[in-house]
Amino acid sequence: MTDQAYNFAYLDEQTKRMIRRAILKGVAIPGYQVPFASREMPMPYGWGTGGVQVSAATLTPEDTFKVIDQGADDTTNAVSIRKFFERTAGVATTEETARATVIQTRHRIPEEPLTEEQVLVYQVPIPEPLRFLEPSEIETRKMHALEEYGLMHVKLYEDIARHGQIATSYAYPVKVEGRYVMDPSPIPKFDNPKMSDNPAIQLFGAGREQRIYALPPYTQVVSLDFEDHPFDPSKADAPCDLCGAEDSYLDEVIIDDAGGRMFVCSDTDYCRARRASGHVGAKGVAEDAA
Amino acid sequence: MQAEVLGGGFAEVPVEAARAFRAAMQAMARPGRIETVRGAQPPAPLSEAAGVLALTLCDPETPVHLAGALDCAAVRDWITFHTGAPFVGAGSCHFAFGSWEALMPLDRFPAGTAQYPDRSATLIVQLPELTASGVVLRGPGIRDSAALSLPEVAAFRANAARFPLGLDFFLCAGNRLAGLPRSTSVEG
Repeated sequence: MTDQAYNFAYLDEQTKRMIRRAILKGVAIPGYQVPFASREMPMPYGWGTGGVQVSAATLTPEDTFKVIDQGADDTTNAVSIRKFFERTAGVATTEETARATVIQTRHRIPEEPLTEEQVLVYQVPIPEPLRFLEPSEIETRKMHALEEYGLMHVKLYEDIARHGQIATSYAYPVKVEGRYVMDPSPIPKFDNPKMSDNPAIQLFGAGREQRIYALPPYTQVVSLDFEDHPFDPSKADAPCDLCGAEDSYLDEVIIDDAGGRMFVCSDTDYCRARRASGHVGAKGVAEDAA
Repeated sequence: MQAEVLGGGFAEVPVEAARAFRAAMQAMARPGRIETVRGAQPPAPLSEAAGVLALTLCDPETPVHLAGALDCAAVRDWITFHTGAPFVGAGSCHFAFGSWEALMPLDRFPAGTAQYPDRSATLIVQLPELTASGVVLRGPGIRDSAALSLPEVAAFRANAARFPLGLDFFLCAGNRLAGLPRSTSVEG
């Protein structure tokens, strides 16, 4: 049940209208960061206040809501946000990607392909891809207006000069529909290709930095690279030790104090579903035996 | 008269506005898709879909321009009572309501600036009918191509050519609406 002391989905209606107008402009100008009057939320900045505000403006009572934090449904951040909307919006929640209609995510895109019925809401810490290269907002606005993205290529080039390859492994900059360079939020670059041509609507909310941006479905998103150093969506060179998946993004987990380690799917729902259907990895235990 | 002004709003604002926004977002994110919306009974000649959009998106922070026949006492009073939006000329509005003919010419409306292309008007166009056929649309939000019965082609094509500046449109007929953002390329 909705907690009756709060308005539906916590925020007041005027705030939601303001956020909704920003989302619509974001959708109309893919990759452009729309300023919005971010509110104080009952959680600290850095815990997903931008994503929470976008979710609050997007949810309807009919939605089924899923929250992931680095791919996991059962970490503190994901559990708290899920409970927050269970209480304030009365929405159904799920851990299954396929059953969710709105998915709020911190730094991952689910492994299971999204559908046209779904909305993916990203939590974004620093929405401006040029910020660490140019601290002034006035200057970065100008650079976006003039499509002056040379500095970003210089940064990637310096990676190559120093490390022999592009060392940026997360928050890897992308160009949207050949126009705006956008920060995909700190997702691993392994996830970058999933953003492009995705059937779902992708919304990005940065609470502290007060920006909303969006990717409509079937939008072309290209990771920046060079002809002789093409983009490489790399991942750990191992299968998941629990479910044996070779195609999923992996977390490396230290399992003892003797240097023992294992690789497991970062997407907990993907791993669970694979194990439930009988896949077993090198260190996994078959479901019926467990 | 008084009852007509005071009535016709959402019965349950947070929930109905949420549903209406999702429909509007789907429409704007997937040009060519037609959504059905409910919950507003605005006075004629404002259509139900345009009324729903006004209730969902307009408030005292969004100056509104009424064009042509929509600029009448009944519609003004209804929008004022339900949204509190101030009325302004075309040049400084955030939202404009009108028939296609009444909204012309489009260069009257703010199209944003190079640094803030979002500071542009959204036009809510009332059409006699709306079908997913006719003009071919391509661009973000569209898999391959889509079709929509647009009132004309040249104006939308000129609007898309200004990207990232430009106007965004909701096309309404009865309780149905479609979106047409500036990012959509319109082919004859």
